[in-house]
Amino acid sequence: MARSTPDIPNASMADIAFLLLTFFLVTTTMPNNRGLSIALPPPPEATPPEDVKIQERNMFKIQINSSDALLIEGEPREDISTLKDEIKAFVLNKGKDPASSDSPEKAIVSFKTDRGTSHRRFIELLDIIQGAYYDIYAEQAGVTNQKFREAASDLSIPENKAIYEKGREGIPLNISIADPTKVGN
Amino acid sequence: MSKFKKKTEVKQEIPTSSMPDVVFMLLFFFMVTTELRETSIEVKQQVPKATQLRKLMRKGLVANLYIGEPVKSQQFGKEPKIQADDVFIDTKDIIRWVNEQKAKLDEVERDQLTVALKVDRDAKRGLISDVETELRKANARKLLYTTLEDKQDEN
Repeated sequence: MARSTPDIPNASMADIAFLLLTFFLVTTTMPNNRGLSIALPPPPEATPPEDVKIQERNMFKIQINSSDALLIEGEPREDISTLKDEIKAFVLNKGKDPASSDSPEKAIVSFKTDRGTSHRRFIELLDIIQGAYYDIYAEQAGVTNQKFREAASDLSIPENKAIYEKGREGIPLNISIADPTKVGN
Repeated sequence: MSKFKKKTEVKQEIPTSSMPDVVFMLLFFFMVTTELRETSIEVKQQVPKATQLRKLMRKGLVANLYIGEPVKSQQFGKEPKIQADDVFIDTKDIIRWVNEQKAKLDEVERDQLTVALKVDRDAKRGLISDVETELRKANARKLLYTTLEDKQDEN
């Protein structure tokens, strides 16, 4: 006698799966944990104000006002396409040009905004400054910029740490983000 | 004539028996990669673009602060606000908030807390720098400005 095989109807399985799929498609958000990373200075009270004399030549000054206009080294500027190369030349001057920095250790990129500066403009400039430094590091470590940033993101791997330390050697990331001025708000 | 009868029965169906498998595969992909959001974001979030991105590896060490114009501007006004978890907070509450976030972590990892600032691109620096000052006081000094990747300038 032929036994009847029990069957589960599976014609609707695709429909159910589609329903679930649609649910996850709609609710999903891809996590975004990427961005520009900076380290803040220690709290204001912890460091007693001391008069550190920084020579004019060792400062690369970038200022933005409340209407997002730029002042670079004291001069108003519109075009920022060459800024990255200027910062690189400034950091790696090593005393050649008497108007530029003494050494990469002493070179400081000073970045000052106004309270009314938009975040978009701030990020645009910070991106250029960090880009200049990462380019320098990457070149010193002998890797591409992107590879260097990937290595810097995960220092728990020894190879990454080696790349990172080789790149950073002798060139601190001297980006000083000053407290904003209070013209616009 | 039947000998030369044309073959008219050409099979024209697409085999659908493997469709559930395909759909399930997609489903599993989305189930695995998805991350259900615990907080609903009440501020405008159009983060700016940048090229020099770095990635945060340990998700557990990240605390998010959202800054931007409130979505319900009729109710909360147009001034940018700070949102932490599910509520709007004031700048003076940030130290307390940081300590709460630190308390969630293991003792050895407390100094590695990274604050991700998800700032709307039209927010002003004034508010953000106030937040930064408070973060410095709270000794949470690792900061990340969340941005999207700008593909054009990638070299």
